[in-house]
Amino acid sequence: MTTDVAVAAAPPPGSPGGGARPRSRWSVTGGTALGVGSAVLYLSLIVLIPLAVVAWRSLDQGPGYFWRAVTTPDAWAALTLTVGASFLVALINLVMGTIIAWVLVRDRFPGKAVVDTLIDLPFALPTIVAGLVLLALYGPESPLGLNLAYSRAGVVLALLFVTLPFVVRTVQPVLLELDKEMEQAAASLGASPFQTFRRIILPNLVPAMLSGTALAFTRSIAEFGSTVLISGNLPFKTQVAAVNIFSQIEGDNTTGAAAISTVLLVVALVALVSLDLLQRWGSRRG
Amino acid sequence: MAIEVRDVNKSFGTTPVLRDVSIDVKSGSLTALLGPSGGGKSTLLRVIAGLEQPDTGTVRISGVDATRLSPQRRNVGFVFQHYAAFKHLTVFRNVAFGLEIRKRPKDEIRKRVMELLELVHLEQMADRYPSQLSGGQRQRMALARALAVEPEVLLLDEPFGALDAQVRKELRTWLRRLHDEVHVTTVFVTHDQEEAIEVADTIVVLADGEVKQVGSPAEVYDNPADPFVMRFLGPVTEIGGNLVRPHDIEISAGPVEGGTAATVSRVVRLGFEVRVELTVEGRDAWVQVTRGFAEQLALTPGDVVNVRPAPGARSLTLAAV
Ligand SMILES: Nc1ncnc2c1ncn2[C@@H]1O[C@H](COP(=O)(O)OP(=O)(O)O)[C@@H](O)[C@H]1O
Ligand SMILES: [Mg+2]
Repeated sequence: MTTDVAVAAAPPPGSPGGGARPRSRWSVTGGTALGVGSAVLYLSLIVLIPLAVVAWRSLDQGPGYFWRAVTTPDAWAALTLTVGASFLVALINLVMGTIIAWVLVRDRFPGKAVVDTLIDLPFALPTIVAGLVLLALYGPESPLGLNLAYSRAGVVLALLFVTLPFVVRTVQPVLLELDKEMEQAAASLGASPFQTFRRIILPNLVPAMLSGTALAFTRSIAEFGSTVLISGNLPFKTQVAAVNIFSQIEGDNTTGAAAISTVLLVVALVALVSLDLLQRWGSRRG
Repeated sequence: MAIEVRDVNKSFGTTPVLRDVSIDVKSGSLTALLGPSGGGKSTLLRVIAGLEQPDTGTVRISGVDATRLSPQRRNVGFVFQHYAAFKHLTVFRNVAFGLEIRKRPKDEIRKRVMELLELVHLEQMADRYPSQLSGGQRQRMALARALAVEPEVLLLDEPFGALDAQVRKELRTWLRRLHDEVHVTTVFVTHDQEEAIEVADTIVVLADGEVKQVGSPAEVYDNPADPFVMRFLGPVTEIGGNLVRPHDIEISAGPVEGGTAATVSRVVRLGFEVRVELTVEGRDAWVQVTRGFAEQLALTPGDVVNVRPAPGARSLTLAAV
């Protein structure tokens, strides 16, 4: 057959206006102004002001004190453990959460509906109950013969458990909505199943995967209840930042507690912003 | 033959969707797969593309048995009704996709994609994303994407089905011209008989999973194989137990040989054409005449006239009900 494209066919119809349609960024009219206004007010009351107060509190006794509070050996150990474990947990759940979402959407197996419901369990359980369950399963009296109590592995396990749903539940709906015909088009253009996954499916999932990961990470750095039992809260070893903050407050050192909280806040913010930037950069590149 | 489909059967669950379907598509032809919705047109097209496996039967593409080949290996261009645009890629990268998969050199890809974008008149849109295009533009992008890999055959599933009437009419004329220039064997699905007649050189009528008739637009319109095809291809009316095209009936004021008495019940002017509604032997029928003719006879409701099929008119005898 010949596909001689040197000749141009007659002008095609249905091409409205050549130039890009100008889209105003802020076209705030009546109804939306009210919407934006109440959203900003609500966010300020619930999120921004309390956060600002914490940050403000942490500087009560000057930046020098702030720095010392954050770098006391036990606080610093708790912070690095928390951030490091959260990073690891976010990474593992990025991969496992995506795989689970995939299996739940694309595969058929008996008991799928049950598994699908179970995914939400870590959300539904009070985290302290989750901690209790984990201690029973992976504690000194583990029926599986796997004792992770009072170890960093135990902390990671607890964090993995409570943050599992984030990636699954953000990726799952996107995968459900994904246009199957895109994949069929790719196949008929010669793409292998792997190429189709890599070039078509994955790029469409990445935004959801990243926002799920960001949620898992930020939730991890703040986690208290599920880790408190299995970790044993050994300072320098298994004590996480949230527990450290709690013990500071118990010791009447609210400024120190606020300082560590502020660091967590900044880490969370940096994580959210950088994942968002990564996403924008990715969507521009395609 | 570019495509030979032999005795294909396909069921979804227990519902047969294709029944002993056999069709031949000539190289370089522009064939319409015409039929009512749910008749199995998309399924047949997807069987040809390898997106669906037939239960029995074979598909040959350019003489090669492709029945068990994956879509990836069939070298078939497929254009979906809802475009199936790669949302995350620019127009350029959409069209380049098949060539990138084939690992062609970058400059060759660039040249070929730009040629194709020119062909479908999207050269200004290369850096846009599909969401920034109109429906017609997306469909043209999908067409360019399918053509990029120089497919043996091009398959289009209701390519203009999702577009509004105006754009749709224009695009079909454009498709016809494009085919005259590119000559790739093309099969397109439609449920619109006007579209099939206007664009295709061969029409395959498919209904209830069966091929009802194959022929040129004139053959299928003028010599329909059965009352179903006749009804589907154009307007029909019933006179004296025969199915006739309403423009193939003569009206006369006085008695004529072979005529039947009829009472005019309504005269509707539709611009140039006039629709005369009548009662013939107790049954409703209608005749399409020109405005001049209607005025000449001064037809008014209540008039008793004579009707008969025009000489050479095609008609099909209906089985007595
Ligand atoms: N994947 C599928 N699963 C089950 N039934 C299907 C599937 N695809 C099509 N069908 C059924 O097959 C019949 C023919 O469908 P289709 O080939 O899409 O017809 P057409 O394109 O002529 O409208 C319809 O009754 C439709 O419901
Ligand atoms: Mg269809």
